[in-house]
Amino acid sequence: MEKSNLNEKTIQINSVKFHWSNKSKFKLHIPELSVDKGEKVLLLGESGSGKTTLLSLICGFLTPLSGNIQLNEKLINDLSATKRDQYRSDNIGIIFQQFNLLPYANVIDNILLPLHFSKLRSASISNQRETAISICQSLRLPEDVVNMKASELSVGQQQRVAVARALIGNPPLVIADEPTSSLDTDAQNLFLDLMFSQVASSNSTLLMVSHDKSLSSKFDRVIDMKNVSVKEQ
Amino acid sequence: MLLKLTFNSLYARLLTVGMTVFAISLSLMLYMSVEKLRTSAYTSFTDTISQTDLIVGARTSSVQLLLYSVFRIGNATNNITWESYEDVIDRKEVAWSVPISLGDSHKGFRVMGTNNEFFKRYKYRGGQSIELEKGDNLDDLYDVIIGAGVAEKLNYSVGTPLIVSHGLQSFSDHDDQPFKVSGILAKTGTPVDNTVIVSLEAIEAIHVDWSTGAKIPGQITPVEEIRQMDLSPKNITAALIGVNSKLQIFQLQRWINEYPEESLSSILPGVALQELWRIVGVVENLLLGISVTVIFTTLIGMTAIIFSSLNERRREMAIWRAMGASPKVVIGLLMLEAFIISVMSIIVSTVMLFLTLYVLQPWIDNTYGILVNIETLAVKDIYIFMLFILSASLVSLIPAIRAYWFSINDGMTIKI
Repeated sequence: MEKSNLNEKTIQINSVKFHWSNKSKFKLHIPELSVDKGEKVLLLGESGSGKTTLLSLICGFLTPLSGNIQLNEKLINDLSATKRDQYRSDNIGIIFQQFNLLPYANVIDNILLPLHFSKLRSASISNQRETAISICQSLRLPEDVVNMKASELSVGQQQRVAVARALIGNPPLVIADEPTSSLDTDAQNLFLDLMFSQVASSNSTLLMVSHDKSLSSKFDRVIDMKNVSVKEQ
Repeated sequence: MLLKLTFNSLYARLLTVGMTVFAISLSLMLYMSVEKLRTSAYTSFTDTISQTDLIVGARTSSVQLLLYSVFRIGNATNNITWESYEDVIDRKEVAWSVPISLGDSHKGFRVMGTNNEFFKRYKYRGGQSIELEKGDNLDDLYDVIIGAGVAEKLNYSVGTPLIVSHGLQSFSDHDDQPFKVSGILAKTGTPVDNTVIVSLEAIEAIHVDWSTGAKIPGQITPVEEIRQMDLSPKNITAALIGVNSKLQIFQLQRWINEYPEESLSSILPGVALQELWRIVGVVENLLLGISVTVIFTTLIGMTAIIFSSLNERRREMAIWRAMGASPKVVIGLLMLEAFIISVMSIIVSTVMLFLTLYVLQPWIDNTYGILVNIETLAVKDIYIFMLFILSASLVSLIPAIRAYWFSINDGMTIKI
């Protein structure tokens, strides 16, 4: 198991270049970056270092100007926009910094939302509602929360619902963009522990972005943007 | 799921959406009421006279003959002689006829001489008869029957005495022969409401001492003497005619128009009304223009409202995209929203329209003589609704396409 994991790469990036326009100062060049299957990786970086751009490239919102991005050994930058959207909903669970949920929808509907766009993920679940409730339970969300409106939840609860949504249907990859930055230290630790156990139980790979070095010890591996990207003049 | 979430989203913005729906409903309602008034005014206008097959008068244009004989506007160029009238009604095609004599007035209201047949034969609004609300028919020589408008404005009741003035704007009154109101007609919404009706004999009677439009100086024939005189009319202004068979209308019309002994005109009231409406129709076009502008404004308003909600909903779009929704879904969601808003507006406006019409119908009928018919929606209204929904969805493409660009460019970054 361990051994096969080492060979399988969830993310494989080779000599990727991206910039918005020729005039812009910001240019991203990543010669090589890879994340193994089942790994929990922390991507550290200052603001403006290109973390979010990198995530957008991995999620298929953006396509690189040159280079290759492979997810589960599938090259995604050649796919059409529609196919990339489909690939994203089938394979990636995304957790934002904050405001993850549709405020007007209830918690269950928010959690089940990705299943609406991914047949692959919805096919793996027999009873969607029960599955959503059981994930909520393992994330220690109060029972009555599931039928509440997302806007009525506390920030910590909202972030945990976002985890539940990202992991429903067991996508191979979970991307989290500073999901703890709006939480205090205690809540941060609880959140990370809950997220890790959930990621582990669905055999997903986790790539989390943060600027907070103190979180490093909790992860299998830490990648610093400084070390993977090349400054271009 | 998407439909449910769209409803949730609209519900969460209940106040804004509610105001939008209300604003659109109001303008749609305005459009529909203008349309209803427009068609009702047309119907009321063309329904001023019905079941009369021909109107006969001295040689003139059809619109002019219609104007003075039915609408009491303007003057007859000439009268027709009683002999010609009798020649006409002796024709085998003629089923009935009502002679009309015009020319005098009472406090600005036209005086019309006719006989009691008029009340039986004059029909409006597709066969409705005029009815006496109070009092009796013309029995005495000096009886008058007044229209509802006359009674209301002059505050007359049965038994009120009145003096007929000579001509339309003259200071010489037929004050030697006072009349008395014998009956008041119910409201019709036609020019009959503003007419003072006397008998043909009364018209002759008040002109006994007159010759060629002027009073013979010094001559006053006592009323008792007049009552003994032969007052059968020598001239009339026009006549309403009904035929035995509709097929004979044109035959009779040609005969009248070619009548050798006097120049006569005969018109088909329906055709002349259409002709006249085409002249009045400028107002109709104006109303139509207003209606279309209102709809146009409404659509712009809705787009503006969707537009202004876009910025605050950028985050929401990013969430949809992260879930794997393609930009097309984002466009679809906004169009669905416009669709729902327009459908709701149509429902609300229809309900409001019918409630308003239900409340206002009697008042409009009484005040303006326009009968607004409250019926179920016409096929035309359904078309207009579908056209509105279609254009609303199309117009919402503008903000939707903007949202599309937002969602493509925002990617992972969530703008707040």
